Amino acid sequence: MPEYTLNVNNKDYKIDVDPQMPLLWAIRDFVGLKGTKFGCGIAQCGACTVHLDGTPIRSCSFPASAAAGKKITTIEGISENIDHAVQKAWIEMQVPQCGYCQSGQIMSAVALLKNKPHPTDADIDAAMQGNLCRCGTYQRIRSAIHRAAELV
Amino acid sequence: MEQVISKIDRRKFLKFTGITGAGFIIGLSLKGKAGAVSVAKAGDVASYGLTPFVMIEKNGTITIFNPKPEMGQGTFQSIPSLIAEELEVPLTGVIIQQTGGEKRFGPGQSAGGSSSVRGSYFELRKVGASAKEMLVQAAANQWKVPVEECYAEDAKVYHKPSGKSIGYGDLAEAAAKLEVPKNPKLKDPKDFKLLGKNTPRPDIPLKSSGRAVFGIDVEVPGMVYASVAHSPVFGAKLVSYDDSAAKKVKGVIGVEKCQRIFGPYTYDCIAVIGENYWAAIQGRKALTIKWDNQGNDKFNSKDYTQYLHDLSKQDGAIDKEVGDFDKAYSDAPVKLDAFYETPVVSHSPIEPMNCVASWTDGNKLEIWASTQVPGGIMNEFTKKYNIPEENLTLHTMFSGGAFGRRLYTDFVGEAVQLSKAIGKPVKVLWTREDDTEQGPFRPMTFSALKAGLSADGKTLAFQHKVISPTIRYSKNYDKTKTDGTMTEGISEQKYEFPNMKNLYVNADFHIPVAAWRAVTSTTLAFAHESFIDEMAVKANKDPMEFRLGLLTKDSDTKTVLQKLKEVSNWDKPLPAGWGRGVAQYEFFAGLAGYVIEVSKKGNGVNIEKAYAVIDLGTVVNPDMVKAQVEGAAVMALTAAIKSGITFENGQTVQKNFNTNQLVRINEMPKVEVHILANGGPKIKGVGEPGLPPFAPALCNAIYAATGKRIRKLPFDIHNV
Ligand code: FES
Ligand code: FES
Repeated sequence: MPEYTLNVNNKDYKIDVDPQMPLLWAIRDFVGLKGTKFGCGIAQCGACTVHLDGTPIRSCSFPASAAAGKKITTIEGISENIDHAVQKAWIEMQVPQCGYCQSGQIMSAVALLKNKPHPTDADIDAAMQGNLCRCGTYQRIRSAIHRAAELV
Repeated sequence: MEQVISKIDRRKFLKFTGITGAGFIIGLSLKGKAGAVSVAKAGDVASYGLTPFVMIEKNGTITIFNPKPEMGQGTFQSIPSLIAEELEVPLTGVIIQQTGGEKRFGPGQSAGGSSSVRGSYFELRKVGASAKEMLVQAAANQWKVPVEECYAEDAKVYHKPSGKSIGYGDLAEAAAKLEVPKNPKLKDPKDFKLLGKNTPRPDIPLKSSGRAVFGIDVEVPGMVYASVAHSPVFGAKLVSYDDSAAKKVKGVIGVEKCQRIFGPYTYDCIAVIGENYWAAIQGRKALTIKWDNQGNDKFNSKDYTQYLHDLSKQDGAIDKEVGDFDKAYSDAPVKLDAFYETPVVSHSPIEPMNCVASWTDGNKLEIWASTQVPGGIMNEFTKKYNIPEENLTLHTMFSGGAFGRRLYTDFVGEAVQLSKAIGKPVKVLWTREDDTEQGPFRPMTFSALKAGLSADGKTLAFQHKVISPTIRYSKNYDKTKTDGTMTEGISEQKYEFPNMKNLYVNADFHIPVAAWRAVTSTTLAFAHESFIDEMAVKANKDPMEFRLGLLTKDSDTKTVLQKLKEVSNWDKPLPAGWGRGVAQYEFFAGLAGYVIEVSKKGNGVNIEKAYAVIDLGTVVNPDMVKAQVEGAAVMALTAAIKSGITFENGQTVQKNFNTNQLVRINEMPKVEVHILANGGPKIKGVGEPGLPPFAPALCNAIYAATGKRIRKLPFDIHNV
């Protein structure tokens, strides 16, 4: 199997895995970053959301080899000290319940705010629809995104 | 497993090996006997038969042991707060350690039934208060001053007259030698710093940064991964399998048989073991398995629905009888009856079922699991493998949602068997398809309701007959008797009916079913409170006033309805095309109610706003209560308007979130939560009560807006 390099959070990782292995498992089990979660494996829940060159993708449905040469950002890469504006807003609004979906929610929200610094409710609906939360934190996610827009 | 709050150190999470160093531990024994010991290691205390919930080390490190698993309901904050409040320590900087079913922590090591705070409110406060009194006494002794001149604050004891102070760490050893106070003085609630306040949850930063460690994140040296193939058809028997192709997949290291044991069912399964998860999954896809479906592949929802309809004609067992229903109903000038149906639904926590198990030396077992029942796991697996408690170490991980699913240990059993079989640590991880396909599920309940009214709209007779399978798997189950689990709440509503006869008819079902968030109240409230609305309509009364008219005596239910009336401006006219509905439900976990407003939109409706009132008595963290009710509303909405689980050819039609859909952010209604917390001795549950009244309030609102009565869930909100 070919060896290839994944650049995750500005660090290079040489990995030697099945090129069809989804990026999610490469990140979790080979790079060793566990913040990115598995929820469905078919791009339906968003728990596995990471950024590829700044764009949110569902890493469970994206072959690891196709991410080689691109910049991958995971939840661990958005701040050192949990102080990204989105994280601050998440903490202020006490968004997470079980927390399992929240890495994905936050990665989608970070990307949304990059494109639309002051998103409307409709923008939030469009950008966040791919992220399921079984605990039902949606109302707080919405307020926290508006709050993060103020904090940026 | 330990989750450090103040200092975030990933390696520490993953490599927690136990507390070392001298410490001071205090706790209450199971029989209420208090005791304190000075220990070299936390583990040593076991022999004293204590429940040591607090440990203070010489260096001042404070550990609070939390017996209630955190699954999103906030016990990682609420439970330690009970101790911290009385101990006079801030929660920041404290290490919160989930207990692992060890006997010394007592029998309450589980989360479910909205019972965590209800069950521990006074007991754990006493633990904190005892420890504090001992620390204060130790300081007074050391300073040779009267204890009355000393007080505790911020993990220190102060001497008021001189202003000097000393930290808990320096007092721990001396304090440990003192007698444990029998009746420690609890704080006056007006002096609370944590309880009753919107205290930030210590797990939130971890959960906003990918640093919270869930069961799925556990990695231990030498660990391998397993993906377990179960029969998609319930009740199939394994005939044979061919694993030659699976074994050729790169990274696959073995194929093992194991069993999934759930309630009375034992299912044969085939596990593919891989060096990594992806390899295990690829190997599993390459398996060829022959199942004997034993005729179960003919099972489908349509026939089963008919079967329940047929059963509804049976008399059923009496759940509760008041007065003479039969006579009152037959004499009543106005009669109405209706039949309500609800679906099977899945729990679907976003973290799929998983477990890491590791056997060493043939008789020592270590388990890492996202579970609601650490005590249950300890009990079950020490018994099953006949090992002493000290030989089982359980790490209770954060659960990525549970909702009742993680009360069961079927997936834990798979990992334990596989590790034993191959002699390595094994991580079992179910796919989403496994989770959706295998259940257990919340069963459906069907309800046949009858009411007799007087000509002027007074209720003379009321009947709620429930037809359903049971979630109670007991050997002595008697089908001819009522089943309180399946009639939950229908006979405990506060409405004053002069004549009532509630009934239960049990149905056979061969598919695993289980408790789901708010259990059977989630379906029965829909039937019960929708039918009350039908009665109000028939009586030509306002649905709120009709309900209040059935509640002449004071009750919490009456207070909740009155509060709902007030906060929703019930009497204020709504815009044209809008409607509002009300519902409440009281059951073992607590009491809540909603007023929901909808507006007509095309052929369907849009939910404009949901006003919720939850009755608690005492509240530990109001903001967390609000979050729980907001979340319960979303879960209830999913159960009301999404497909749920249906069966064809003996298996689920839905396999993943593309077909088993959940409400998404764009469908989230605005939920405004009001808490009734008048103090006093009663403490009610938080996690579940927000669920049951949501669907009936919504459907009653839809009736008000459109004149359409919804008697069957799920329904299409875009086309009612
Ligand atoms: S795990 Fe990737 S979208 Fe669900
Ligand atoms: S916080 Fe639990 S799934 Fe979103």
